[in-house]
Amino acid sequence: MNMTELFKDQFAQLQAEDKDSKLSAVREQAFSAFNEFGIPTVRHEEWKYTRIGTLFAKDYKSQVSGQPNFSAKDVDAYRLPGHKEANELVFVNGQFADKLSTIRSKDLTVLHLAEAAKNEYSEIVSKHFGHSSDYLKDGINALNTAFVKDGIFIHVKRSKIIEEPVYIYNITDAAAENILAQPRSLIYLSENAQLQIIETFATRGTEDSFTNQIMEVIVEKDARFEYCKIQNDSANASQVSTTHIRQTGTSYVNAIIVSLNGEIVRNNTNVVMEAPHCEAHLYGLYFQKGNSHIDNHTIVDNVMPHCFSNELYKGMMDENSTGVFNGKIFVRQPAQKTNAFQSNKNILLSNNASVNTKPQLEIFADDVKCSHGCTIGQLDEEGLFYLQSRGIPEKIAKSMLLVGFASDILDKINLPHIRTYVDHLVAERLGN
Amino acid sequence: MLTISNLHAGIEDKKILKGLNLEIKAGEVHAIMGPNGAGKSTLASVLAGRQDYEVTEGSVEFLGKELLDLAPEERAGEGLFLGFQYPVEIPGLSTTNFIKTAVNEIRKYRGQDTLDAVAFLKLMKEKMALMNIDQTLLSRSLNEGFSGGEKKRNEIFQMAMIDPKLAILDETDSGLDIDAIRIVSNGVNKLRSKDNAVLLITHYQRLLDYIVPDFVHVLYNGRIVKSGTKELALELEEKGYDFIKNEINEDEEVSIAEKH
Repeated sequence: MNMTELFKDQFAQLQAEDKDSKLSAVREQAFSAFNEFGIPTVRHEEWKYTRIGTLFAKDYKSQVSGQPNFSAKDVDAYRLPGHKEANELVFVNGQFADKLSTIRSKDLTVLHLAEAAKNEYSEIVSKHFGHSSDYLKDGINALNTAFVKDGIFIHVKRSKIIEEPVYIYNITDAAAENILAQPRSLIYLSENAQLQIIETFATRGTEDSFTNQIMEVIVEKDARFEYCKIQNDSANASQVSTTHIRQTGTSYVNAIIVSLNGEIVRNNTNVVMEAPHCEAHLYGLYFQKGNSHIDNHTIVDNVMPHCFSNELYKGMMDENSTGVFNGKIFVRQPAQKTNAFQSNKNILLSNNASVNTKPQLEIFADDVKCSHGCTIGQLDEEGLFYLQSRGIPEKIAKSMLLVGFASDILDKINLPHIRTYVDHLVAERLGN
Repeated sequence: MLTISNLHAGIEDKKILKGLNLEIKAGEVHAIMGPNGAGKSTLASVLAGRQDYEVTEGSVEFLGKELLDLAPEERAGEGLFLGFQYPVEIPGLSTTNFIKTAVNEIRKYRGQDTLDAVAFLKLMKEKMALMNIDQTLLSRSLNEGFSGGEKKRNEIFQMAMIDPKLAILDETDSGLDIDAIRIVSNGVNKLRSKDNAVLLITHYQRLLDYIVPDFVHVLYNGRIVKSGTKELALELEEKGYDFIKNEINEDEEVSIAEKH
């Protein structure tokens, strides 16, 4: 059976089993969108350099229902440093595993999405759930929504600061078979609230895993949302990971994505600035080797005036790895006095590595300050010689230059535990 | 300490050094002067091991070893230091971290124990005072956004930290104001001893008022064409490099005439 037929069967099964869900209608709509769009090919403008179709040629077991056999002890291998002072949310094969999760902050509300869709939060869910599909018109986005049976809903009340970070572990158990996991989350920061999320992905076993994730975030007036995604999954793990952030009020957003491994990794990071004077910082660091493919697509949509956004993505590509950066900035007609900056810098460490980078600005207002730029180069030979001439062996000198190159992204990671952890991963990648 | 014999080197197909000979002994300060394009910086680069340059002939013996067979970091380990004409800016690498790595890698090369944080800090404080360098400069990224004077002072500071046997200072004075020249020269002079040597490469005599050399050599067209004491530098300053050029050209004409 091919994947399309399998999806059709699974979808019919899901709709029959879960017909009373508030999400049923949304799923129906998404599945017809999926059928209409199909799996994007390289002819799709946003997928020109990423052949996602190859992943669908594999035979996946999609875990729509039922919890895999996974214990708290099994999670231990994937916990991040500082987890004893953090809230931990665990997804296994795309399903939220509440029994494996720990909520430590008293002001943090975490619910099953299906639950939130029918209680006091139903208005928020119906208003904001699925907003990313307005921006990502492709079968991948639709596929996640079509199979959304559950997920998490995170809510932070007005003026509550969640001091303990939220760690989200996306674990895929591909020990016995290929797994398609589709985690989903909706996060709501009320006025003047603050939340930090650190997210990681891990695959157990040697079969293939494919994670198609969507996280949608709403940031209200004076709220502050900080996000850090660390992708260091195995070489048999692929993912399309969408982070769609709506700044519905004047607010602050900081998002950092560190991508160190995976087969095909595609990130869609969107920030929609729907209020004046919003501020958003998007940072990315990718350091790939082997045959890994990393694709970062970003959208910053300036809808209202006086917003500020800064994007800096840096890449180091080794061996046969390939990279894509596509940064789109929209400045709508009312968004006067927009300040939007974007920069993508790459170092190719081997003759076989490559990067395609494309900044895209669509500006409809006439009084704005926007800039974009990209560079692709090699390691600075002059710098290397300088370090060597001071007695530093070539291998160490190269590492120092690369860490230096990466440092302005790494410096943006505020949590010391996480900073140390990422530094360690980068050092490991450098072979130190 | 250093014996350069019949050194020929160039970049791509361009021949720059054409049979250079020079001997430097411990405790000596040598200055190499010469017009632009004579090969001064090429000499410094070749000695330090810059990859772009190809040595086609000749040898360089440094403390009993063939220098040209060693990688740049091994040359540093053996005690060679190059003060760069244009120190490189390295974003994201703190100056302190860089110097600490350099000092300890050199110690490792020599089979010495590495310095711990306390010992390193003590050494650094001592040398900072010598070079009038302040802490904020050292916590910044290496040379990034440093003024010309700060970069050159940082070079001599590194030299003080590393304590090389032979320091080659490539146009350390160019572009410096008089105060910076004094500070830099003062640093070099304090490090002079009977066990180490300095090779100053400069375009101008001015530096030699502050660091007085034992020998002055004139490099022209890839060879040392004249050697003398500090008075030679004064003569050059007064008459300009043209007098050397004329002298050489006359000699060549004579030798050509003799051959015929």
